[in-house]
Amino acid sequence: MLIGIPRESKPGESLVAATAKTVSQLTNLGYDVIVESGAGDLADQPDTAFTEAGVRVGTTQEVWAADVIVKVNAPTDEEIGRLKQGATIISMMAPGRSPELLDKLQAQGVTGLAMDAVPRISRAQSMDVLSSMANVAGYRAVVESAHEFGRMFTGQVTAAGKIPPARVFVVGAGVAGLAAIGAASAMGAIVRAFDVRPEVAEQVESMGAQFVHVDMEQEVSSDGYAKEMSEAQVAATAAMYDEEARAADIVITTALIPGRPAPSLITAETVAGMKNGSVIVDMAAANGGNAAGTVTDQKVVTANGVTILGYTDLAGRLAAQTSQLYGTNIVNLLKLLTPEKDGNLTLDFDDVVQRGITVVRDGESTWPPPAVQVSAAPTAAPVAAAPAKEPKPPMSAGTKTGIALGAIALFWLVNAVAPTDELRRHFTVLMLSIVIGYYVIGKVAHALHTPLMSVTNAISGVVVVGALVQVASDDKLVVGLSAVAILLASINVFGGFAVTRRMLAMFSKGA
Amino acid sequence: MDMNSITGAAYIVAALLFILSLAGLSKHESAKNGLTFGIVGMAVALVATVASTIDVSEYVDGRALVIVLMLAAIAVGAAIGIWRAKIVEMTGMPELIAMLHSFVGLAAVAIGWNGHILGSHDSMPSLINIHEAEVAIGIFIGAVTFTGSIVANLKLSAKMKSAPLMLPGKNFINIGSLVLFAVLTAVYVAMDTHDSTGATLLLAVITLLALALGWHLVASIGGGDMPVVVSMLNSYSGWAAAASGFLLGNDLLIVTGALVGSSGAYLSYIMCKAMNRSFISVIAGGFGIEAGPADDKDYGEHREIQAEAAAELLAGASSVVITPGYGMAVAQAQYPVADLTAKLRAKGVDVRFGIHPVAGRLPGHMNVLLAEAKVPYDIVLEMDEINDDFPETDVVLVIGANDTVNPAASEDPTSPIAGMPVLEVWNAKDVIVFKRSMAAGYAGVQNPLFFRDNSQMLFGDAKDRVEDIVRALD
Repeated sequence: MLIGIPRESKPGESLVAATAKTVSQLTNLGYDVIVESGAGDLADQPDTAFTEAGVRVGTTQEVWAADVIVKVNAPTDEEIGRLKQGATIISMMAPGRSPELLDKLQAQGVTGLAMDAVPRISRAQSMDVLSSMANVAGYRAVVESAHEFGRMFTGQVTAAGKIPPARVFVVGAGVAGLAAIGAASAMGAIVRAFDVRPEVAEQVESMGAQFVHVDMEQEVSSDGYAKEMSEAQVAATAAMYDEEARAADIVITTALIPGRPAPSLITAETVAGMKNGSVIVDMAAANGGNAAGTVTDQKVVTANGVTILGYTDLAGRLAAQTSQLYGTNIVNLLKLLTPEKDGNLTLDFDDVVQRGITVVRDGESTWPPPAVQVSAAPTAAPVAAAPAKEPKPPMSAGTKTGIALGAIALFWLVNAVAPTDELRRHFTVLMLSIVIGYYVIGKVAHALHTPLMSVTNAISGVVVVGALVQVASDDKLVVGLSAVAILLASINVFGGFAVTRRMLAMFSKGA
Repeated sequence: MDMNSITGAAYIVAALLFILSLAGLSKHESAKNGLTFGIVGMAVALVATVASTIDVSEYVDGRALVIVLMLAAIAVGAAIGIWRAKIVEMTGMPELIAMLHSFVGLAAVAIGWNGHILGSHDSMPSLINIHEAEVAIGIFIGAVTFTGSIVANLKLSAKMKSAPLMLPGKNFINIGSLVLFAVLTAVYVAMDTHDSTGATLLLAVITLLALALGWHLVASIGGGDMPVVVSMLNSYSGWAAAASGFLLGNDLLIVTGALVGSSGAYLSYIMCKAMNRSFISVIAGGFGIEAGPADDKDYGEHREIQAEAAAELLAGASSVVITPGYGMAVAQAQYPVADLTAKLRAKGVDVRFGIHPVAGRLPGHMNVLLAEAKVPYDIVLEMDEINDDFPETDVVLVIGANDTVNPAASEDPTSPIAGMPVLEVWNAKDVIVFKRSMAAGYAGVQNPLFFRDNSQMLFGDAKDRVEDIVRALD
């Protein structure tokens, strides 16, 4: 099948749905690929890069005649009109918020796969464009804020005086928030972060930020979802936002509620109370914004000198990398849809991922998909499952003493019945040697197990002594057997020592 | 001061040197001294014994022949031993050591038969009986060691299937053989004339029984338990030497044999604990091992990564842990791995190795391979030393290890390897697993690690892939 990569028609869009790297992965899956001329220009992917990767570069008409169209933004009406009957289009579609788009795809008789409808289960993470884009956007948000901030992030003590580090406050510790935390702390800022889910505190701290706790009684919910906040909690949280934002130089907000406008968290009052020169990056701007005064896609400077950035194309501002990530998500999806690697796209509706992203199939609406259980319940284990193996409890001191006393009693018995002193002497030697062997080996370094074993092996070749004692005999058979035993044991003695020597020579301590 | 007292004194010196040798071998700093003590001890014992044999052979017909034969046997044995030790690949070490154990076993059998042919020089009936019991026991232990080591060698060198042999009623076979041996020995001891044809036949039956038992014991143990088996056979070979010592009334043999025997047994015990296996079940030949429940769980899908991407991940990391397994030995990847380590360290990345106690097919197998490739030993850490550090680790490279990094061991109580301590690599930020394919590991258990969100698979020959990464890092 032929995959077409068109140029994005949305004004100012810099992304492209495939890069030279990902198209070759697509061809490995058995597909033919055609890229519209100039599609990747803004993402550092000139036409020549695609031709070098071995795929065709063609005109708009040629590309839209393909069996599968892969793009970034949802297709426009004009673009939908170009799709041929039975074609498949893969892009971000926001299917929940754009019923008219789904109607048009239906009318055109095509199949639509929405990349932003990938169910958020572990297995589908490699196709989750929202995560990969949020990651880039979070980083870029810090870069944009640093640009507007006009001061250094890192604190320094110089001959010309002390520079305090910038204080960054991140709201929402999703993928974007965590990426922002990482970027800001890597630049040397002091980062504080908040999320309504207290369980993410650990992730926040792992990225180098301090988690802001709101002092209030936390009800532990039994169903795993956060309960509606009480009035007191709301008030305490609002006070915290106000306090943190006023203290911060940079505020980055990423709070989103699926299917609803973004919550308003930073009030106009708070903004008015912020320091002159401080910056707010409102990453929820596309959904209405978390801060008062945010204008979508605009930079606003308030009367008291606070800059509010409402950019929604943060990921697109790192076009080459975002395109690469988006393209890799696409490749991972197509791997799933092309199990035979024969270049034939097949949809399996028994698979929750494939079912979830398919919004229109062959002109029939399949939206919304049945709910996916995000945290998969454990599959019922076979009833005959073996009982859990527990590490054995160590022997009790009593048992140990018992065994030791028993062994000693046995030793006494053996010696008592031994008919000669000579035998008793041998037993004594045996017992003492066993004990010595046990203690000598007690603290052996694990790395030396092999050399130790090969040395004990060499030493056990001492059996050669026995054969040597026997070889002086009148019986020719005994002489023969002894000679064989001497030969074998000698191999052991010399081989064992030589190989240990070789091994030990290799162990060396690093500088 | 006659020849006898000189020899006796030399034996005491040799025994002391052997103890010092084992003690020295338990630490890196003193390991080389330990080896020297061992060699000197052995030289003392050999020279003393050869001298006393030459002395004694005065009273024997064909003295020249005996002396020539003796010296020739030593010389040839030495030549073969040193030659094998020179050419052995470090990856083939387990096989070689198993092979060497079999020689001790066979030598002990030969000594036992000599004891039977020569008879006891005592006249008291009870002493003759003891002598006969010693012959039978010596032959028995020696023969079990011999065939057991041969099977271990075959399994390790993949000339024999490593899966455990599952004969019906194998516990019964093992215990039955022991009982039968006890009965036959009692009969042999009770026989009046030790040199009769009947007694010889009976001893031959005992020998065959022990040979068969040794074969069956090790054949019923799965390849995954081979490190313990090799160490156990080491212990058996010690006991075989000690039994010969009783037979000959030679204290040096008893001391040395007991030293090797008890240290080997303790070493095996340490390893069994590391695997959470019952010591008894391993030494008794897969005693009581049952098949795990059927494994048809859906683990989801794994993600693949390419060498270039892996190199980027590594170059960007601040701490990296490498956990090698038998696969690294098979692919001979230790040199590229050492290269990679040196490159990353030069870039300021903190690289360490985490070694599972039973990684490889021999205890300490990985340490030997890494040492061969000149990886400094102070960055090679044990499981317990490194397990707590994984959450702060950026990238873990799992090279040819599978069961030793299987999260099922700690999370899935129905897993056949449940309860075995493992390297908790899944706590790291990223895990890259080098693997040939998605096949299950030695224990035949699927590994959920491969399907974790932070795991990525790098398929192919471990050596080639590591070399690719090294190239990509340049």
